[in-house]
Amino acid sequence: MDLSSINPILLVASIMVSATPILLAAIGEMVVEKSGVLNLGVEGMMITGAVIGFIVAINTGAPLLGFATAAIAGAVLSLAFGVLTQVFLSNQVATGLGLTLVGLGLSSLLGKPYEGQKTVTLPKLDIPILSDLPVVGRMLFSHDIMVYLSLCIVVAVWAFLKYTRAGLILRAVGESHESAHALGYKVIRVRLLAIMFGGACAGLGGAYLSLVRVPQWTEGMTAGAGWIALAIVVFASWRAGRVLVGAYLFGGITVLQLNLQAAGLTWGVQYLSMSPYLITILVLVFISSNRSGSSHDAPANLGQTFHATR
Amino acid sequence: MIRRTLLATAAAGLTLAFGAPAMAQDVTKACFVYVGPIGDGGWTYQHHQGALAVKEEYGDKVEIAWQESVPEGADAERVITQMALSGCNIIFTTSFGYMDPTNNVAAKFPDVKFEHSTGYKREHPNVSTYNARFYEGRAVVGHIAGKMTQTNKIGYIASFPIPEVIMGINSYYHHAKLANPDVELVVTWAYTWFDPAKEADAARAMLDQGVDVITAHTDSTAPLAEIAKEGGKAWGFGQASDMAAFTTNDDGTPGARIASIIDEWSPYYVKRVGALMDGTYEQVDSWAGMPEGEVVIGEMNDAIPDDVKAEAQAMIDAITAGDYHPFTGPMNKQDGSAWLAEGETSDDGTLLGMNFYIEGITGDIPN
Repeated sequence: MDLSSINPILLVASIMVSATPILLAAIGEMVVEKSGVLNLGVEGMMITGAVIGFIVAINTGAPLLGFATAAIAGAVLSLAFGVLTQVFLSNQVATGLGLTLVGLGLSSLLGKPYEGQKTVTLPKLDIPILSDLPVVGRMLFSHDIMVYLSLCIVVAVWAFLKYTRAGLILRAVGESHESAHALGYKVIRVRLLAIMFGGACAGLGGAYLSLVRVPQWTEGMTAGAGWIALAIVVFASWRAGRVLVGAYLFGGITVLQLNLQAAGLTWGVQYLSMSPYLITILVLVFISSNRSGSSHDAPANLGQTFHATR
Repeated sequence: MIRRTLLATAAAGLTLAFGAPAMAQDVTKACFVYVGPIGDGGWTYQHHQGALAVKEEYGDKVEIAWQESVPEGADAERVITQMALSGCNIIFTTSFGYMDPTNNVAAKFPDVKFEHSTGYKREHPNVSTYNARFYEGRAVVGHIAGKMTQTNKIGYIASFPIPEVIMGINSYYHHAKLANPDVELVVTWAYTWFDPAKEADAARAMLDQGVDVITAHTDSTAPLAEIAKEGGKAWGFGQASDMAAFTTNDDGTPGARIASIIDEWSPYYVKRVGALMDGTYEQVDSWAGMPEGEVVIGEMNDAIPDDVKAEAQAMIDAITAGDYHPFTGPMNKQDGSAWLAEGETSDDGTLLGMNFYIEGITGDIPN
């Protein structure tokens, strides 16, 4: 074993890239869940974003346009979920799972002609001064723009939920839709907007996979990343800052265990691989055993159907 | 008169009705169970090419059907059962993890032929197994890797610690070492056959640590895409399929994929379905390689110097002619104990149960 062969600078840089897709998907899903909706279709929206982003980028040669279209595609797909669950009051769990199946099938259909093709990828930013700094320059300031955008989204979501009136309304809708409705807030409209934001973020995350991280389209390429994003939301107990920590932890452990292996460590690698999932289970147990008086809990109306009777 | 016509029509209809099943039996239905999507560009893609070759060879006399992305385990048993019920005459199950499901279903359908790829259990007379000697391909790319590496560190993205993979690792390392005595091998276990993001991460981890030639034992093209980001400083190989998209860069320079190991299942599939149709079908344990055309080295691109290309080609020719066995002594096991004496070649049994590294590889095989 030769741990000195692991370059910490490159390791951190590669963790940031590796965590970005699940970070984007998880922060979007967190907003959705904050509004009281459980959308299990993250995987389907991600892979739809991945394929749409790839198709647009390869046809226009503009990866950023690919990202924008992927976000729109994710939002449109999630709107289908929104209309079904919010307007037609279908079961959220079943509809979300259906959305995943639709996304997987749709993406493989759309992506067939694009298999094995190469696309232009996002350039690494060269930020004046910052990128030239020793150590942190290569580690933190030499990524592509989406890495920074994902961090900006996290900060924006945090500030939105904590400091804005709209954020307060969104949280109110998630905590008690009856009360929010009684106060005159448009519960369904708020939820639909949250669902579309979640879809757009998932689409961006998927496009990051197909345009930057792997850069290619392969059927089924998200390989469960959407489910990990869902786990991260629970792990983070519905807080933006912790979503960031969770995503970097999940992404980080995968990259770290591969690096440890490449450095010659063979013992305990499997345990490291499964540790994020174990931690999620532990957090779940901890949260459910600590129900009373905790502000970190799930939104009270998470997954419940709202129908205005008055 | 009208009545007579009616009767005649009815009779003709009856003949047709009873004639149809007889005709249906003339059509042999070959079914395929795939572990990944056909679009993986690797393992499953190649199996599907084999299936299409069967259709092309026999035309209307065969019907092919397939199911993609079937998880290994209980789901596989359901899918295989469903295929047997739906009139498949021969079912090819194309992943190691389908071994027990295949044998379980075979017990219930003695009239259906089952062909399991890369496994070793033939518990019923209607189960055959088939595999290809991929280690022959690993030997050739190992030689190229040993010659191409500048850092003297070569990598192997491994999937699961099964004999098939360990055989590949040993063959790759052995021939890299023969080509370049200073070479060092880094093995990374991905614990997946197909997860493009994780495969890319594994390639990235090795590249970050100075590995500059990588071969993968996973199914997607993601490692090659990651290697390509190095812009001509690192190289990789197509795995299972040719992965030709990475042979040449857009600007015409040689791409990251310098050669490839192609699994060519078509000869086997065509032969077996043909045997079933003409009644010569028998249970087999097939393990063919370069001589039979089941393992093929894809075009070597211009990143490889001509002399190395010639050496690689000479090795391909020798293996194809049966003059060279990649596991030829002297070879020792990792702990230094003797395995093959000078000139001795390994028997197939040892290879198929291979659970040890050869001398020079560092690290342990995970359990």
